[in-house]
Amino acid sequence: MGAKRLGDWDGRSHARRGGVNETAQASGAIPRLPRGVRLKLDETRGEWLLLAPERVVKLDAIAVAILQRCDGAATIEAIVDDLAATYAADRARIDEDVRALLNGLAAKRMVDL
Amino acid sequence: MNAPVKTPNPVGLLAELTHRCPLGCPYCSNPLELESRTSEIDTETWNRVFSEAAALGVLHAHLSGGEPAARRDLQDIVAHCASIGLYTNLITSGIGLTEERVKALADAGLDHVQLSVQDSEAASCDRIVGYPGAFQRKMAAAKWVIEAGLPLTVNAVIHRANVARAGEMVRLSVALGARRVEIAHTQYYGWGIVNRAALMPTEAQAAAAIAEVEALRETYAGVIVIDHVVPDYHARYPKACMGGWAKRTLNVTPSGKGLPCHAAESIPSLEFWNVRDHSLEDIWFRSPGFNAFRGTEWMKEPCRSCDRKDIDYGGCRCQAFALTGDACAADPVCHLSPDHEKVAAIAQHAAEEEALGEPDYVYRAAVKTPLPAE
Repeated sequence: MGAKRLGDWDGRSHARRGGVNETAQASGAIPRLPRGVRLKLDETRGEWLLLAPERVVKLDAIAVAILQRCDGAATIEAIVDDLAATYAADRARIDEDVRALLNGLAAKRMVDL
Repeated sequence: MNAPVKTPNPVGLLAELTHRCPLGCPYCSNPLELESRTSEIDTETWNRVFSEAAALGVLHAHLSGGEPAARRDLQDIVAHCASIGLYTNLITSGIGLTEERVKALADAGLDHVQLSVQDSEAASCDRIVGYPGAFQRKMAAAKWVIEAGLPLTVNAVIHRANVARAGEMVRLSVALGARRVEIAHTQYYGWGIVNRAALMPTEAQAAAAIAEVEALRETYAGVIVIDHVVPDYHARYPKACMGGWAKRTLNVTPSGKGLPCHAAESIPSLEFWNVRDHSLEDIWFRSPGFNAFRGTEWMKEPCRSCDRKDIDYGGCRCQAFALTGDACAADPVCHLSPDHEKVAAIAQHAAEEEALGEPDYVYRAAVKTPLPAE
């Protein structure tokens, strides 16, 4: 990802995937992948996956960029700032995408907030 | 007619490390002819199988049995899987685990534990498994798993003796700290066929249990993930068994036989290869048993011309064979099957049995080898 571009930052896919924003967490929340949930680059199929108990979730480049920043230290706000700076994209749109993705995964217990 | 479809690589491996188990669950999916301890493949062979699986694209390694804790090398196997990036899921009864052993497995890199709980009532649980004290040991095992920081799934198989407590088992799972629960209505394979008359709930009992569990999804949204396997005997169309024959996952038995599913050997005409003689890649792509029901060319009517043939693949081959004697027939669960009345008759029989109370189970002839942790 040397060019620091992800094609276009298209939030629609995440809004679909994540569903609601009503439970949007505070910006100070620190998202993390719990034990038993792993990001994996699947070399056989050439794609990024999120592995969880009995679940395999295919990830697009945007989801990977978000989840790679969920290191158990960064707040949601910091993650959004970093993505906005890295991809020179609209911060409000990134904020929406990040929350939609993380809320959707939290509902499936694949992310702890 | 149909263009040949490229066989996809497998995503999961169910490793039946042993058929030994101290429990005798009457719906056990192990075959009626259990493989003996002396026929089990050794640690080195298992580790080679896991390495071949990872190279083949397998993501999840399900360490199962029998009771996998009966293998003294369980920790070594987990460590090997972790070292090659496989996601390890320990499928256990909890019997044979100790606090120290759970910690050691966590340290070896275990990703997840799936613990079977046969009932939320201790006495009923112990009766179902045929092992006094099992429930208490399972509760202890759940605690050690959580304390070790491992994610826990509770697996509850539903049948007539516990069907009234399906919802209670979701609540118990939440109380134990599980992040996920499988509420799985019994499927009738292996010992489940032997005990079918004692296990099958009436349609009304099953429907009530399903409604109760579905309602709990909302109650526990974000707390516990509920995976719900509903019974196929009362369905209109069959299940897409295994997501298609030899399409997503494979099994390796304790003695090293590669199978497309745990019941596949119940179809006697099929030839399966052993990991002692063949690579996992050969078994997956080239063994006759795996290729027997790939694609749709093997199908007969009504499947062959059915617009659902790529949705449910004609249902389960093992169930088709068990109920009709023809592994290429439509799964008779399907209302379009000419043998569908056999399923209807079995379901009707369950209602009559229910009125007679609980018949005794035929417990699997357990080879009760002492477990290392006992």
